[in-house]
Amino acid sequence: MLTEELVDLSRLQFAATALYHFLFVPLTLGLAFILVIMELTYVITDRPIYKDMVRFWGKLFGINFALGVTTGITMEFQFGTNWAYYSHYVGDIFGAPLAIEGLMAFFLESTFIGLFFFGWDRLNKWKHFMVTVLMAVGSNLSALWILIANGWMQDPVGATFSFVTMRMEMSDFWAIVFNPTAQAKFVHTVSAGYVTASLFVLGISSYYLLKGRDLDFARRSFRIAAGFGFASALSVIVLGDESGYTVSESQKTKMAAIEAMWETEPAPAAFTVFAVPNEKAERNDYQLQIPYALGLIGTRSLTKTMPGIKEIKERNRARIENGIQAVVALEQLRRNHDDKVALAQFDAHKADLGFGLLLKKYLVDVSQATPEIIQQAVDDTIPRVAPLFWSFRFMVALGFLFLVLFTLALFYSVKGTFIEKKWLLRWALWFIPMPWIAAELGWVVAEYGRQPWTIYGVLPTHISVSNLTPANIYGSLAGFIGFYTVLLIVEMYLMTKYARQGPASLGTGKYHNEKAAGGALPAGAPAHRI
Amino acid sequence: MDYETLKLVWWLLIGVLLVGFAIMDGHDMGMGVLLPFVGRNDLERRAVINTVAPHWDGNQVWFITAGGAIFAAWPMVYATAFSGFYWAMMAALWALFFRPVGFDYRSKIQNPTWRSTWDWGLFIGGAVPPIIFGVAFGNLLQGVPFHFDDILMSTYSGSFWQLLNPFALLAGVVSLGMITFQGANYLMMRTEGDIYRRTHTASLIFGALTFVTFALAGWWVAKGIDGYVITSAIDPNGLPDPLAKTVATAAGAWMTNYHTYVWAKWVPIAAFAALAAGILFARLDKAGLAFWSSSVACAGIIGTAGVSMFPFVMPSSSDPRSSLTVYDAVSSHLTLGLMLGATVIFMPLIIFYTSWAYKVMWGKVTTDYIAANDKSVY
Repeated sequence: MLTEELVDLSRLQFAATALYHFLFVPLTLGLAFILVIMELTYVITDRPIYKDMVRFWGKLFGINFALGVTTGITMEFQFGTNWAYYSHYVGDIFGAPLAIEGLMAFFLESTFIGLFFFGWDRLNKWKHFMVTVLMAVGSNLSALWILIANGWMQDPVGATFSFVTMRMEMSDFWAIVFNPTAQAKFVHTVSAGYVTASLFVLGISSYYLLKGRDLDFARRSFRIAAGFGFASALSVIVLGDESGYTVSESQKTKMAAIEAMWETEPAPAAFTVFAVPNEKAERNDYQLQIPYALGLIGTRSLTKTMPGIKEIKERNRARIENGIQAVVALEQLRRNHDDKVALAQFDAHKADLGFGLLLKKYLVDVSQATPEIIQQAVDDTIPRVAPLFWSFRFMVALGFLFLVLFTLALFYSVKGTFIEKKWLLRWALWFIPMPWIAAELGWVVAEYGRQPWTIYGVLPTHISVSNLTPANIYGSLAGFIGFYTVLLIVEMYLMTKYARQGPASLGTGKYHNEKAAGGALPAGAPAHRI
Repeated sequence: MDYETLKLVWWLLIGVLLVGFAIMDGHDMGMGVLLPFVGRNDLERRAVINTVAPHWDGNQVWFITAGGAIFAAWPMVYATAFSGFYWAMMAALWALFFRPVGFDYRSKIQNPTWRSTWDWGLFIGGAVPPIIFGVAFGNLLQGVPFHFDDILMSTYSGSFWQLLNPFALLAGVVSLGMITFQGANYLMMRTEGDIYRRTHTASLIFGALTFVTFALAGWWVAKGIDGYVITSAIDPNGLPDPLAKTVATAAGAWMTNYHTYVWAKWVPIAAFAALAAGILFARLDKAGLAFWSSSVACAGIIGTAGVSMFPFVMPSSSDPRSSLTVYDAVSSHLTLGLMLGATVIFMPLIIFYTSWAYKVMWGKVTTDYIAANDKSVY
């Protein structure tokens, strides 16, 4: 029996490990391209300082990447270990992008990252540059396929249900690949990664500038980060809007919850800046609104209306009632594949099968559902409003602050006076953690906002889990918390140590705190074969 | 391509990916197993680690891709095996944690305790996963207690401890021996001096261990383990539905394929021959030939397990008709075809650039080189 405790624990473990994994992903996505820019500058100008930049920021990249790999394997395992019914039910569709990700992207990234670190003496500078580019392309392609898989969870296109195999099956691969939700998610997510990495480089460079050390190195790094960061911060907002647009097309529920929009409002709807959502009474206790703004973002028109929570609930009630017919017919078909009457009934109602399955949380025989139980299932179809409302607003506010910061950083970079602007340098330094917070909030909006579904409208979360006892999950969750805590401490320690040490960690003898020659090993150490 | 052919092709392809994993990730896991023993001081250990430094990450993707391919091509196997072997999978996963961080973090701090801790971490990351995967195969050969309900949700009804039965543990030793033999032969190609002499000895020991335990396991399967047979008609082109068949156990059933198909017996013969050749070449200091031999041995050993069970992939001991086979545990026709297309396009590319990466980095890794490049190597 799938108890609520089991389902909640499985969700908690997945959320904890996914949020943790996502601490390392954005920096990898963005820093890879910053390394490409730095190395391109090196191969064109032939100035060794740019090579040192690639190698130093590459060291920090490596420290971060190691944990990204470590925690990524957890995600792949977990679909099977803890979400077995999900894996069975949608593996035919969901497995394919994951496998293609391995074949097309992860092999590329992982093979070339080795040459990136260890191939400096073995490859000429153009070949090494090519290696860096392939590594960056690989990591970003990896994100593409993962987000195609995730986009399908939000907006399950190109698939049909088969009652013989009792699962969803792929009907149109290209519809899944070019799913607008997936594409919007991809550009939004990688842009967020570029912002994260830019602020990382900008902030650490600012630290050196504030300390008055490694000035030449830090100045150049700062400029590159400011330029790349400005473009990325702009695109994350513009493409975030694109993401909002597609959300409103395919997932009106998430949009209504994000906006705490209880009633369907006349077009174009207002954007609520501040509110205290009251779930029980289905209204906002206080609110502050900007007229027209939401309608413009959500529908790109002045006349289309966006449904409020109450209207969506009423639609879902009809779909749940319809879904009961589908579930009943399916159960007859499972007993007898040739039951023509049941097949006709199933075909008439199968679009709402997922909604009928929502009732499985409360009873085995869904045809016995009372109006009270149906009401509970209807209420379940709306995720809790307050967490979404606030996560979204903090994320967006941070997004605009990044744009302001990078605009100023770029402006003073062009003017060449940023070193004197101590306030700007301090802002950049203390803002380093913020993109991570924004990224995690974005994950919460996307994934928590999809509840109560793992596959929106198709598969409810509570029947997606593996049939295990809660004791198993308590045990594994404790293990993850233990391992991940230790690993995070180790990672932060190394990251801080190397960031403080700065380019001197390369041992070239040219940087802060290094003896001019002698102490460190000479730059061109004998090129033995390794 | 018709559905039946695709189902068979995917049985082969999953096998290829598992063999690829054993050959590629196997040699750096084998390195991890041997690390604390063949490297007697920090410089020696760093030399050993740096033989795989540029490659371990790419090699690990064989594992990840094999997992992803099982998810995509055999979703029911993925779901049933990963959730059923829950604690075994967690142990393998947590052991794998030690590898990326062990490689990258170990030499970033100059403290002997720190470094030695990570060395043992790499040992765990190298030794535990092969043992667990071997134990898992040992259990597949005996059947696993699981069943499907009417909506095809699987439930594992055994305990963790019963997975650790004598035959499964023997299979774990075969697997560990095979991987360590592979790692030793790889290290022989890439090291010299004292390290080389120690890995040379290790190669002979683990080659012999694998040969003996593999033979023992084969004898055990033939004489002491009941295999499974499908007792109803099956439609190989049909939609996959594991509950549509009936299955029975029968003594010696895992030997049937060797009588039915003439070519089948060449798989275990190749395994034994390759193990013997690997030991001989290692003895003669022909490291390259020893490595290729042990690679063939990986294919032979994994292939033997696959061929013995065919068409079963994961038989059920508690509810035999729930057993998963190559015909009824698979994805849809479209997905299998699509994934085959992706594999045909990308696999040659992967082999091409992986070979290039090895070629670029090839040569002996010496302690002198490590000392001279203290800041830029692991």
